[in-house]
Amino acid sequence: MTTYREAVREAIREALNADERVFLMGEDVGAYGGCYAVSKGLLEEFGPERIRDTPLSELTFVGAGIGAALGGMRPIVEIMTVNFSLLALDQIVNSAATLLHMSGGQFNVPLVIRIPTGAGRQVAAQHSHSLEGWFAHVPGLKVVAPATVADARGMLPTALADPDPVIIFEHAGLYGIEEELQEGAGAVPIDRAAVRREGTDVTLIAFGGMLGRTLESAAKLAEDAISAEVIDLRTLRPLDTEAILASVRKTHRAVVVDEEWRSGSLAAEISARIMEGAFFDLDGPVARVCSAEVPMPYARHLEQATLPQMPAIVQAARTLVGR
Amino acid sequence: MSIETPSVAHNTEGASPVEAVSADVAHAYRLLTEMLRIRRLEERSAELYQAEKIRGFLHLYIGEEAVAVGVLQALAPDDAVVATYREHGHALVRGVSARAIMAEMFGKQEGCSGGRGGSMHLFDAATRFYGGNAIVGGGLPLAVGLALADKMQGKKCVTACFFGDGAAAEGVFHESLNLAALWRLPTLFCCENNLYAMGTALARAQSQTRLVEKATANGVPATDVDGMDVEAVERAARRAADAIREGQGPQFLELRTYRFRSHSMFDPDLYRPKAEIEEWKQRCPIATYSGTLRERGMLDDASLASIEANVTREVDDAVAFAEAGTWEPLETLTRHVYSEESAKR
Repeated sequence: MTTYREAVREAIREALNADERVFLMGEDVGAYGGCYAVSKGLLEEFGPERIRDTPLSELTFVGAGIGAALGGMRPIVEIMTVNFSLLALDQIVNSAATLLHMSGGQFNVPLVIRIPTGAGRQVAAQHSHSLEGWFAHVPGLKVVAPATVADARGMLPTALADPDPVIIFEHAGLYGIEEELQEGAGAVPIDRAAVRREGTDVTLIAFGGMLGRTLESAAKLAEDAISAEVIDLRTLRPLDTEAILASVRKTHRAVVVDEEWRSGSLAAEISARIMEGAFFDLDGPVARVCSAEVPMPYARHLEQATLPQMPAIVQAARTLVGR
Repeated sequence: MSIETPSVAHNTEGASPVEAVSADVAHAYRLLTEMLRIRRLEERSAELYQAEKIRGFLHLYIGEEAVAVGVLQALAPDDAVVATYREHGHALVRGVSARAIMAEMFGKQEGCSGGRGGSMHLFDAATRFYGGNAIVGGGLPLAVGLALADKMQGKKCVTACFFGDGAAAEGVFHESLNLAALWRLPTLFCCENNLYAMGTALARAQSQTRLVEKATANGVPATDVDGMDVEAVERAARRAADAIREGQGPQFLELRTYRFRSHSMFDPDLYRPKAEIEEWKQRCPIATYSGTLRERGMLDDASLASIEANVTREVDDAVAFAEAGTWEPLETLTRHVYSEESAKR
């Protein structure tokens, strides 16, 4: 069995071995071993030139990653948690996403940014949010959210091979999950969604940290003979609209499960795309199960009440199906 | 004395108008010619803005020419440059043609950014000119990263990063200098201190107005330079670049200069005393340097007129080129968002 954490580490290790242009930088990725222990041991293996501990300067080390990418390197930049990425938002949005276009196609930015995201560990309102949609809003960026160990292992090499900036959101609650990785598991596509469970009555759409409980919800629904299809978005920009629509045309009902706040969320975008592309196939309105619109509270019962949970997902599906 | 001045090329070969005279004289002419190329290009740009050929924001470098011309003498072709939104002069001296710059300001596809960037976003891969950055301070980490890439690849290159005094108030200024010093990166930080961040005087915005002190506080050796003296700028830049190439890490130049025009074409320039502007205009880097060369017996009316004529021809040609340029077809609107056509959905 391989953990999600080990899968990411192995992907980084493989990239470092395969391509001398690749290096990892970020806060505490070296001597500390990564705040989620993802890069543990890599400093000893690859040395401080390629496993670079940075100062607490998100804006500059992300910008330096962009510059290094422009200069011929293939940096992997780790931002300790999604809330800290806001300190680097200027470089991500105003430089990484724009340089290719502003330069008339002359300067692409082959940069990978890894960002732990999400809630569930009682670390309150400055370490717990899900802001994937903010980044997925921006043309010029690609945004992926591996929800499985195989994707954690396989999305990084594909992202590194991409000529443009790719942001990988790793849900912090997933690092410990285990899966049997197939022999020779490696690069996977980062431009399409995956059907994780087939069904005929309702489509449940999720990504990242919400996939697990969405699959559990589908299993629960099956007990009542409701056949739910589960789509793992995998890639948040570009969205695999066709995969979503194909499923909805089959099931005629959709529930979007999204750890973000509902207002202006990816769930809102997906709902709009279903309305635009499959309105006449729908038997009812698209339902959304999102986080309550509060800064994440510390107390466990409040945090759990904030997040989308299985009962709410199951209830939303039942309401649509009418059972 | 009379100097043969062949016509200034329109392409990246640029501007040394003198071959047959001594190296000193040739170099002096190069400095003077480059400053005049910037000045005349900028003056014409202002006219074209009034004529509504150039739109958006237009920030002119008039008065500050000695800085770009002096610093860029210290760079080799494989070095890199990161500049600001007031960068027409840097691009021109670096070797981007006046044609490509003017066409870009017209928004034509023959422009150096294909009409996608405009005045504030000139880019050129051939000369490693990385913009054209219109977020104040936004270029600094890019320059640090370019220097990191060069260093990690064992190249002996320098990345020159231009920014204004306003950038020294941004947090990213300190972050970038710190990282460059910590990792001993080959970055030449060039602070064009023209005393105003748009309309805000340096002393009204920053508690420490000696910007070299901010650099040294971050461990970057710093030099205070008269930015109106092109030879002084060149000397300081060469010293700094030499130190960087020896592996000593980054260097910082505070180049004291002044813009003679308003911040942008929208700016009524109400915040600067007229007397102050006039005082600085007396120190015009071009007039001063022309005078110096005359005193040295290197320049006379005829040779200056010859340089001017060549520069005028180059600018005329650039305007004609831009005027004749073509608009990119609307069908290609979403090009260059991603390298491949991966955004079809």
